[in-house]
Amino acid sequence: MKLDFEHRQSAHCESGVTSSLLREISEYKITEPLAFGIGAGLFFCHIPLIKINNGPAIAFRTFPGLIFKRTCNALGVPVVRKKFSSKEKAEAFLQQCLDEGKPAGCQVGVYYLSYFPKEYRFHFNAHNLIVFGKENDNYLISDPVMETTTTLTSYELERVRFAKGALAPKGQIYYPDSTAKITDEQMRRAIIKGIKNNVNQMLRIPGNFAGVKGIKYTGEKIKKWRDKLGLQKAGSYLAQLVRMQEEIGTGGGGFRYIYAAFLQEAHAYVQQDELLEISNIFTQAGDLWRTAAVHAAGIYKGRLGSQEDFNQMGDYLAEIAELEKSAFNALKNIKWK
Amino acid sequence: MPQDLGALGKITKEVCYATDSSGKYVTELSNGWKVKTDALDVAWKDVEERIAAAKAKVLRGEASALLFFMEYRLMDMSILSDYTGYWKWQIKRHLKPGVFKRLSESKLQKYAEAFNVKAEDLKTMTVHEA
Repeated sequence: MKLDFEHRQSAHCESGVTSSLLREISEYKITEPLAFGIGAGLFFCHIPLIKINNGPAIAFRTFPGLIFKRTCNALGVPVVRKKFSSKEKAEAFLQQCLDEGKPAGCQVGVYYLSYFPKEYRFHFNAHNLIVFGKENDNYLISDPVMETTTTLTSYELERVRFAKGALAPKGQIYYPDSTAKITDEQMRRAIIKGIKNNVNQMLRIPGNFAGVKGIKYTGEKIKKWRDKLGLQKAGSYLAQLVRMQEEIGTGGGGFRYIYAAFLQEAHAYVQQDELLEISNIFTQAGDLWRTAAVHAAGIYKGRLGSQEDFNQMGDYLAEIAELEKSAFNALKNIKWK
Repeated sequence: MPQDLGALGKITKEVCYATDSSGKYVTELSNGWKVKTDALDVAWKDVEERIAAAKAKVLRGEASALLFFMEYRLMDMSILSDYTGYWKWQIKRHLKPGVFKRLSESKLQKYAEAFNVKAEDLKTMTVHEA
């Protein structure tokens, strides 16, 4: 059985899945950047004391699952979302979705995801894909980061739906539960709501290690890494920062380019010219993140390595923090017509 | 738009967002970027070193082969505990060579499943994949 479903490649898995699942009822209006922006996807967070893969726990995007949830919420689209303790029930529910003609989003872990290149398989459990059919024992998979559709056997799919560790998916499955078409007015309101959400998330979140303050915090930490960790480990930490920023799914520049694209596309629904100017600031932020990444690469490749080089890296992040703060303040101060 | 062939580029190109000459955002396909390929290489080099250190420790009789497979599968105590259903203190015990040697077949089988290897390969630190 194969549902009528058009695969589209996207930069980031969750905004790609969200855009694909809403394609029909939004009549192609919800693109990937719009899903990312309405879902208030842009973030920065550096959780102290916690290590991921023996390196710092840094994220450039909001918590997994929130983009789909907030996007549907802001659009007023009801959602079905289920987790399972039983593998059999999880598969039965998926089968039921397919029988009812609904492509379903699934949260999976990438470590045992067979079609992923080995180099990308870490224990990362917040990947998302869409199942849109089954032929014999093979599930038909639309993985938004792949160019074409792929398949997984029922065992392979079960294994990744029940991957273990942090953020374990527990067979999580989700889809929008509505057939009503989304209007331009709904789009307009959702966009404004998404922007306000993202402003709060970046400017008003408490604590010093998340939002724009978090970027500065990481910058200050980096200046101490060389003495505290030694050159080699400090280099590995920087490599981890760059991976989180540029790796598969970010659209480049730590999601800042996707957000800039969102503000441009938003302008078609919310005619406020400030959006276009602020979009440019996010492009600058993305460029500066990339400049910082090149500098970091100099350190982990061994071309650079003095304390001065680490200070410079920290200063880049302080500069980015100021830039993004100004961008979000400008968004905050928009007088919505 | 960087186009340096990386590990992912051999399997699939990836979507990136970039501005065209008029400043409008469009999507483009990238093969990868040297800066991040290098970052990924650093991560795997660290992993390789940890695996080698674990293997040496097992051969010296200071830990059971579980340590090798944990590093090989990038698993820490809590991930392995989630996959096998064993408590962390049990895994800690099983990391002792003497205790590991006396583990029952059914217990070994649980570890084999978690690591996706055959039970008989557990003791010899054999892995059958490229």
